Amino acid sequence: MAAPQIVMQAKGLVKRYGHVTALEGADFELRAGEILAVIGDNGAGKSTLIKALSGAIVPDEGEILLDGQPVHFKSPIDARRAGIETVYQELAVAPAMTIAENLFLGREIRKPGWRGRWLRMLDKKRMAEESNRHMQDLKIGIRSMSVPVESLSGGQRQGVAVARSAAFARHVVIMDEPTAALGVKEGNMVLELIRRVRDRGLPVVLISHNMPHVFEIADRIHVARLGKRAAVLNPKKISMSDTVAVMTGAMRPEDIPPECLAH
Amino acid sequence: MAITTATPHAGNRTMESLKHKLPPIGVLGPFFALLAACVFFAAQTDTFLTGGNLSLVLQQVMVVGVIAIGQTLIILTAGIDLSCGMVMALGGIVMSKFAVELGLPVPVAIVCGIGVTTLFGLANGLLVTRVGLPPFIVTLGTLNIAFAITQLYSHSQTVSDLPDAMTWLGTTFGIGSTQVAFGTVLMLLLYGIVWFALKETARGRHVYAVGNNKEATRLTGIPTQRVLLGVYVLAGAFYGLASLLSVSRTGVGDPNAGQTENLDAITAVVLGGTSLFGGRGSVLGSLVGALIVGVFRNGLTLMGVSSVYQILVTGILVILAVAADQLSHRKER
Repeated sequence: MAAPQIVMQAKGLVKRYGHVTALEGADFELRAGEILAVIGDNGAGKSTLIKALSGAIVPDEGEILLDGQPVHFKSPIDARRAGIETVYQELAVAPAMTIAENLFLGREIRKPGWRGRWLRMLDKKRMAEESNRHMQDLKIGIRSMSVPVESLSGGQRQGVAVARSAAFARHVVIMDEPTAALGVKEGNMVLELIRRVRDRGLPVVLISHNMPHVFEIADRIHVARLGKRAAVLNPKKISMSDTVAVMTGAMRPEDIPPECLAH
Repeated sequence: MAITTATPHAGNRTMESLKHKLPPIGVLGPFFALLAACVFFAAQTDTFLTGGNLSLVLQQVMVVGVIAIGQTLIILTAGIDLSCGMVMALGGIVMSKFAVELGLPVPVAIVCGIGVTTLFGLANGLLVTRVGLPPFIVTLGTLNIAFAITQLYSHSQTVSDLPDAMTWLGTTFGIGSTQVAFGTVLMLLLYGIVWFALKETARGRHVYAVGNNKEATRLTGIPTQRVLLGVYVLAGAFYGLASLLSVSRTGVGDPNAGQTENLDAITAVVLGGTSLFGGRGSVLGSLVGALIVGVFRNGLTLMGVSSVYQILVTGILVILAVAADQLSHRKER
């Protein structure tokens, strides 16, 4: 079997904040078609790593490669332009605006012909149709694209955010604690959505504190510890308690049974 | 497992689609309030419901109406502009003095006046976006600055003997027996344009998005600071057009103009259902709100109520409208 294609990679990332070193030579590797969970204790450098990958911070040292090409993101907008979409924990939507408007915010489609060119009129019908299609693709059953997002439940709102990222991401979808603000049932719905996004061919980076969620859907688990990557684990082989032990440092990386490491 | 709402019933669906076709209650509420006010004053006085009086209301409303357009744009972004009336007064003094004392051609003088108000909008916008100051404080400052400059430049003297071309918008034409001012037509035209731009163009929707969730909007790649700055500059230009309407209506450059308009414009926007929290509302609501304020002032005058009580009523109206806004959004907060 050929080695799986690497979509996104980071080598030796360093980020210092004054005397504190948040990243101390962290590596990262995301393969095509996988869900990679990123876990780590508070202060392990997990969120700094994700911020570097999504363009929210600029690392002091190290390099980030996208499809083998070095990239330098100065803002989340740069990362978006490169085809990396991020879904945030805090339900980043415009509540009073409709589903279709939220999906196409910043990427609106204008009407063809003079009405689009001279009057700059939006093609609301087409945006509603395409929104509907994107939502159907992920089997998010919301009837009307013209209802304001605030009338949806928390899970459905997160569904809108996931559909937006899946619709426009060309390379990677990063999900930062997408289920943290949700109840059990809605959290499970969002997990199912994440699986569908992967099945459509987009690799997903999932940051989560929720171990059962991580074990339910991750293909590989990246454990961040002390500003570095401690190990990449195989959730099918390692137990949840051993994973937590690696995360907290109770189990040293060299003591992990080789079959538990992901290859 | 899919995220599915309850299975839709056929009847449910027709109701749903009907609900989307009708204007939302936020637009209808102010409209009914306007109707109620009209019915009340028609019952109380014999003169309210005459063509002549209604046309007068429209003329009285045009200055506040045009200021309220700029104010609506700013409030939609969750800001506020306390300087609107004073900036308008300064624009009126500049254009009338430039025409009368400097002898500039009327169009040039008008452009200079609008230029000054637009610069004030730019200053407000830069202080809000670049320096990051709260709009309330910034515009409280520019309110006083604009007032002081107006008094200093005009020596607190009214500028009279304006050329006819400058007051043309105050002249009227007849539709049947009713006289309509050209300024009223200009106001309605401006409302039409802004309503279209806010509803049908991407930039218009971005104004709402910034008011809704600025950080989420920024992360989608929309230049939120530029949207905000544009809104303040545009509002300044609308205040300039309002200066021209004010000068046209009164026939003089008045350094004490804009004192009632300042709060009336904010009242009009809030009465029109635009939320002070930003991101919700309609510019057409502000037109209805301006008409409510105008009808109250006119009706109370016809009833012989002194102007101090009119100010009292406006104060109560704005508090009621803000309370309604607060209550209707408490759930989401």
